[in-house]
Amino acid sequence: MTRTYAAYAHPLWRRLLLTREAAVVALVIAVSLWAYSNVPYFGDQLTLTYLLLDVTPILLIALPMTLVIITGEIDLSVASVVGLSSVLLGVLHERGFSIPVAALIALVVGALCGALNGYLVARVGLPSLAVTIGTLALYRGLAIGILGTKAVTDFPSDWTQRASETIGGTGIPAFMWVFLLLAVVFTLALHFSPFGRGVYDIGLGSEAAHFSGVKVERTKFVLFVLSGAVSALAGVFYTLRFGSARGDNAAGLELQVIAAVLLGGVSIFGGRGKLAGVVAGVLLIGIISSALRLQGITVNVINIIIGLLLVLSVISTTVLAWVSDVAARRNRGARPTKTPAGVGTL
Amino acid sequence: MTPISRRSAVLGVAALSVSLALTGCTKAATGATPSGSGSGGAAAKLSVVFIPKNLGNPYFDTSDAGGKKAVESLGGTYSEVGPQQASPDGQVQYINTAAQQHVSALVVSANDPKAIGDALNQARKGGTKVVTFDSDTDPQYRDLFINQASPEGLAKVEVDGITKQIGDSGEIAILSASANATNQNAWIDLMKKDLAANHPNVKLVDVVYGNDDDQTSFDKTAALLQTHPNLKGIISPTTVGIAAAGRYLSTSDKKGKVALTGLGTPNQMREYVKNGTVKEFYLWNPADLGALAAYAADALVKGTITGKEGDTFTAGSLGSFKVGANQTVLLGDPFAFNAGNIDQFKF
Repeated sequence: MTRTYAAYAHPLWRRLLLTREAAVVALVIAVSLWAYSNVPYFGDQLTLTYLLLDVTPILLIALPMTLVIITGEIDLSVASVVGLSSVLLGVLHERGFSIPVAALIALVVGALCGALNGYLVARVGLPSLAVTIGTLALYRGLAIGILGTKAVTDFPSDWTQRASETIGGTGIPAFMWVFLLLAVVFTLALHFSPFGRGVYDIGLGSEAAHFSGVKVERTKFVLFVLSGAVSALAGVFYTLRFGSARGDNAAGLELQVIAAVLLGGVSIFGGRGKLAGVVAGVLLIGIISSALRLQGITVNVINIIIGLLLVLSVISTTVLAWVSDVAARRNRGARPTKTPAGVGTL
Repeated sequence: MTPISRRSAVLGVAALSVSLALTGCTKAATGATPSGSGSGGAAAKLSVVFIPKNLGNPYFDTSDAGGKKAVESLGGTYSEVGPQQASPDGQVQYINTAAQQHVSALVVSANDPKAIGDALNQARKGGTKVVTFDSDTDPQYRDLFINQASPEGLAKVEVDGITKQIGDSGEIAILSASANATNQNAWIDLMKKDLAANHPNVKLVDVVYGNDDDQTSFDKTAALLQTHPNLKGIISPTTVGIAAAGRYLSTSDKKGKVALTGLGTPNQMREYVKNGTVKEFYLWNPADLGALAAYAADALVKGTITGKEGDTFTAGSLGSFKVGANQTVLLGDPFAFNAGNIDQFKF
């Protein structure tokens, strides 16, 4: 057990700087600096605006997704919920509902979608991978079923403009306030509350967590509901930003969200990860795509580069764990260790 | 346990992340240098970005190739970017990028008449001229629309073709692209009117959507023939649709019994024309369309025209064109391809 606590023997600056999260943040800064000095127009304010607008849905959904993955579960239905809430917003608007009312209904439906996932995973005990693959198809099917292959595009322009409005002359989209608020709430919940401690405990071992008093079922249920609701919020934003409600909106977004979360240092096996790293992971993907697009590089190549980055980041975790394991064994003579090396602090 | 193991692991993380950062940095930087230095001069000369509905669509490959030739003959720089799937939100990202780069002109085939409007206007605010071609946006979002053919002309030629082939009576169906494609819907409406007015014995029993996806269009064709056993003809006013339908029909027992016509490209349809599945199909020359869009963009950038009705400009070997109502330029009449002439066309 000393392994876990050994980390605290180091000074605070070291524990903060030499982490996986810090590495991602460093990468974000490095790539930004490179792009700033090498990619024409990357330094423009407009680039910042578009970049943040592009990543906003991913940033939003990544918040609950981080918590879900830390418990060792996954939610693949998020992009379908985005599509469903987008369609609902469009259809309700067509029927004469005001945008805030339509958005509220979309959020409630999103939360219900999450509740169904949560019920099946937490109460019934089905594996989340299977459940959310099912609801991925189900919610997307509903979205396309409701609106067909047509699109609703006649949203009032004051609302579509509000979605891409910037804060004063900063070029930062005003919608970032909403993200910031949610980010603070999720950070407090995950890193500074008993609820958050429970989330990590579940990821490290569901049974142990249960016996130490964590309400496993309730925690997982709440997380899936949050995931649904936040995805619906992302759907409302997505619809208003593009002024287009379509059943196939944001198809495939779930993979970008999960990629960013894993890139940000969250373990797919649960129990490890920080929100700061995830936010940096999302920004990293956004900055790379934006810079490469400005260079005139096609979407296929961008996907290859981001895919490679993700594979490298996952490999690096395993390789580092192995390296530290070997080092530990050498230091202690050939004493075998079964502790997953580096789990505590990487 | 000694602290050394922990320290070496942590140092490993640091080393790896730094090396990741550095390799990422240097690799990208070498790639960036040429385009970085080139862009300084690009602002002054003509730079045209073509944004098709989606990449990998042979129709746009041809039209954009025509555009490329025209842009290069004008001494400008050409590039083509676009989304994988034909969606408006995918196009917005590329329109935004072009706006950031302050390119001199954008040539866009719109996936939605309104959804990409804000992005286009943002680009225009930065001085970029916007020309739509193939599929238009609402007029307030662009400077000019290059119309491939008048909708009336296209609808008429397709209806005339299918009714002639099926003896002016029986059931027909339409296999379209996506349900919200501006141009397709306009044509279908006109076809319906033409059928009702001039062909009372021909019944349009179904309109299905293959989303300009080969496999979907193929499956929809199969489903059409199953649901409507008495079907005598299919009109597919989309190049992806008609090729997929041709492929399905040519291997089914309905070959030669169910007539197929619509808008297609010679390269994709050659096989089905030669094996008797398709008698005749129609199109304009997409390469000419792309070229005309490029010449129009150039005229707008140079200030020769402003895009208002009555403006005239010369489009290389295509001749002289006049801007019509709604800031629209018409390419010309549709063209019929059949076994007699198809080998003269290589696009």
